Amino acid sequence: MLSFEYARAESAAGAIDLARRGVEPRYLGGGTNLVDLMRENIERPRTVIDVTGLSRTIDVRADGSLLIGAAARNTALAEHRTVREKYPLLARAILAGASAQIRNMATVGGNLLQRTRCYYFYDDASRCNKREPGAGCDALEGFNRIHAILGASPNCVATHPSDMCVALAALDAIIHVAGPDGTRTIPFGEFHLLPGDQPQIETALRPAELITAVELPAAAASPRSTYRKARDRASYAFALVSVAAALEVRDGQVASVRIALGGVAHKPWRATIAETRLRGAPATEEAFRAAAEAELADARPLRDNGFKIELAKRTISAVLEELAR
Amino acid sequence: MRFSVNGTNHDLDIDVRTSLLDLLREQLHLTGTKKGCNQGACGACTVLVDGERINSCLALAVQYQEREIVTIEGVGTADQLAELQAAFIEHDGFQCGYCTPGQICSAIGMAAEARRGVPSIVTVNLCAEDVRLDHDELRERMSGNLCRCGAHNGIIAAVREVFVEETV
Repeated sequence: MLSFEYARAESAAGAIDLARRGVEPRYLGGGTNLVDLMRENIERPRTVIDVTGLSRTIDVRADGSLLIGAAARNTALAEHRTVREKYPLLARAILAGASAQIRNMATVGGNLLQRTRCYYFYDDASRCNKREPGAGCDALEGFNRIHAILGASPNCVATHPSDMCVALAALDAIIHVAGPDGTRTIPFGEFHLLPGDQPQIETALRPAELITAVELPAAAASPRSTYRKARDRASYAFALVSVAAALEVRDGQVASVRIALGGVAHKPWRATIAETRLRGAPATEEAFRAAAEAELADARPLRDNGFKIELAKRTISAVLEELAR
Repeated sequence: MRFSVNGTNHDLDIDVRTSLLDLLREQLHLTGTKKGCNQGACGACTVLVDGERINSCLALAVQYQEREIVTIEGVGTADQLAELQAAFIEHDGFQCGYCTPGQICSAIGMAAEARRGVPSIVTVNLCAEDVRLDHDELRERMSGNLCRCGAHNGIIAAVREVFVEETV
């Protein structure tokens, strides 16, 4: 690990000021991803700005939305009464991720900013366009069982590892950020980027911009929702495929539906094609399967991850059937 | 920088790169806390901070100034074992013992989470006020601590004996 200047921010404005003045700055939350990557010399910040002292409050606002301070720990969000009652897919997604120890450390803002990664990213004997732009990608022709089937590019086939973010994608969360030019909000679907020809750039954040809060709109409250994660062991493993979904059925028809997938792409994947097909459709196993087929129509398998296409279809169908019961 | 470990304050001047784990082991010579993977995958380094379990290997020590840190040395001593330590012996909750300090600190943090009603991914009713720590719940909640000797059944039996009666 390279040495760095450490500073603890007392305010968002103070953090941004430190980031503007610092050399190679990074904001530090719980450190569960950043510290690990610094130890591997993949992340090499020279200025580390601890933002865990900033807002961690979780407020139910007058309009019914939920505003989550970016420094809230993952556990605090999962155990929050409103999240458990109105956004169970989010509580379940968080609880499906990592281990209890890591959830106690990890912040909400940090979860959004963890790197999209694969084992070639960690291995400095391999080529990786994220680690070294233009170097090439050894995962493309390598062992790529965990890699992307949707939205990949020839430059990167890594998948976004967050569970929490899959639920946030389904919920149309709004990211509140502050930066040198003031504050703005970013719709969740525009926050993370597909790899394209610059896979080292993973989010829409501008230099020195800081995530201050994540908002869950009142309209996204989804008491009838869940999260299902298919993985190689029963606990403490990344998703091969995961599905966050919410479903309301009225008179046998789909009144509203939200679906997002994890483990399939460089970013949490909102299944808009499946959602569009399902709205107003009969809430039947056949319709669920057809929607899943449509969503995965553009999926492209690599050598080892073709199983994910059928796994994603089956998991989407199974979760919707569970919610329709 | 001031660190509170097992009720004692220590004023130390450390490199900012030092992990909490290395601070405990190398600076304070509290070697009960173990370094397994050093990347957050095994749980051997688990300690309690303000009563919550964390992986000390992923923690930069500078972030934990003025917090209440408890390690296995603060849980019990060879002369006065904590109830959970005695239960680990009774139930063969270890063979080599390397993961044991982390398992015990983790179980203490786990019990506190259950007492305040934190659900897990295997909890059927997310909105239930009380957590019922059945076998599946214990396995899931302790899954951040690996035991390469395979003593998990004994570990779960020990944790169950000490913590489950009070929460069921």
